[in-house]
Amino acid sequence: MGELIKNGIRVDGRKPDELRRIKIEAGVLYRADGSCYLEWGGNKILAAVYGPREALPRHIQDPTKALVNARYNMASFSVQERKRPGPDRRSTEISKVTSEALEAVIFTELFPRTTIDINIEVLDAEAGTRCAGITAAAVALADAGIPMRDIPVACAAGKVDGVVVLDLTREEDQGGEADLPIAIAPRSEEILLLQMDGHLTYKEFEEAIELAIKGAKQVSKLQKEALMRKYKKVE
Amino acid sequence: MIRQIVLPGTFLAEAGSKKAGKGTFIENNAIYSARLGILEERGDYINVIPLSGAYEPSIGDTVIGIVEEAMRNAWLIDINAPYPALLGVEESPWKINYGETAKYLKAGEMVIAVIARIDEARNIELTMKSKPCRKIEDGFIIEIQPTKVPRVIGKNASMLSVIKKYTGCWIFVGQNGRIWLKCPDERLGLAIEAIRKIESEAHTVGLTQRIEKMLRDRNG
Repeated sequence: MGELIKNGIRVDGRKPDELRRIKIEAGVLYRADGSCYLEWGGNKILAAVYGPREALPRHIQDPTKALVNARYNMASFSVQERKRPGPDRRSTEISKVTSEALEAVIFTELFPRTTIDINIEVLDAEAGTRCAGITAAAVALADAGIPMRDIPVACAAGKVDGVVVLDLTREEDQGGEADLPIAIAPRSEEILLLQMDGHLTYKEFEEAIELAIKGAKQVSKLQKEALMRKYKKVE
Repeated sequence: MIRQIVLPGTFLAEAGSKKAGKGTFIENNAIYSARLGILEERGDYINVIPLSGAYEPSIGDTVIGIVEEAMRNAWLIDINAPYPALLGVEESPWKINYGETAKYLKAGEMVIAVIARIDEARNIELTMKSKPCRKIEDGFIIEIQPTKVPRVIGKNASMLSVIKKYTGCWIFVGQNGRIWLKCPDERLGLAIEAIRKIESEAHTVGLTQRIEKMLRDRNG
């Protein structure tokens, strides 16, 4: 790999603590109870929420709370080399951690015996799809009117050429030293998801977490604006 | 003009100054909104009226249900809630012999019913003994978001009477978001258009006047 950071500027011209361009739109699907379309750098993601609805077959129902069932799926055309369609080990893992991150903020006890289904469809991928997926799913959940403690938001930090940076691109993800995606509840800064790939010293780790939280809070503002915009469109 | 819209996790008030009402929760001595909705202060209580979400059944609601299955001594009814509802033979307006439920209501047919009981496991039982309950045999049914039902009815049914006045339709609104319309021929389209407009602009102020103007203009 060549140099990824020159004179403090990254391959795509950003500073180390700068996010990629983000566009969020709420309520894009008519049939879903809640939905969101999100563009985050080169990522294009569509999230749809259905429910709370009756959980079937009946033996999966929980009489004390609702199930939160997220499904992360990458389109076969979302990456440069065609991806074989269907669930694989990676997407099964991301579906699981996403479900758990989102379940942490939902008042599931209000809807016993039901399921809340979240579909996250990655149409175009360019590093950081799990963060973008959680961010889009959170907007779709709020749009669906599901009671939540907060609107969760995710963002990644990492280490490239020895520098801790925010929101890695594909080149940085592949050529860098570490990637640290986190999801938080922005009001309390409670961590809902934390994964790490690569190596960081303890000091770098703390620095990266702080940077990712700062980034996530910026994304949180965009999420809220998107939800408000949906209801300001009419006159 | 738009009323104040709040999002999940929005800080509303200190816990001491107000009481946490519907659609809110308390954390660390502060009241927050639990969902996307319109802020409403009524007396001591601070409420969030949802703008979207599934129908949450409550006892006494009059709903329009679709028969899913005729069982031997009860019907399974879809009332547009996260849970199916049960209508027992003894709660129907007819005298029915055991196993003859399908003679009176078949799968796919519609009824107006009242929610009689809900238990802690959210098993819902319906009754058809009281006033507006009946089988629906004619007319047209549309579905709107259940959270928009109060807007379609309006204060003291003002919105509903405006639509009825200008279209001449007979309209029944179920609490679960299903609306039964019986209209003189060509007016049905206009009535549906008005209801759809209310649904999409439910969070705005002065809607009744705008709907009245629209219906007056379109009536020619």
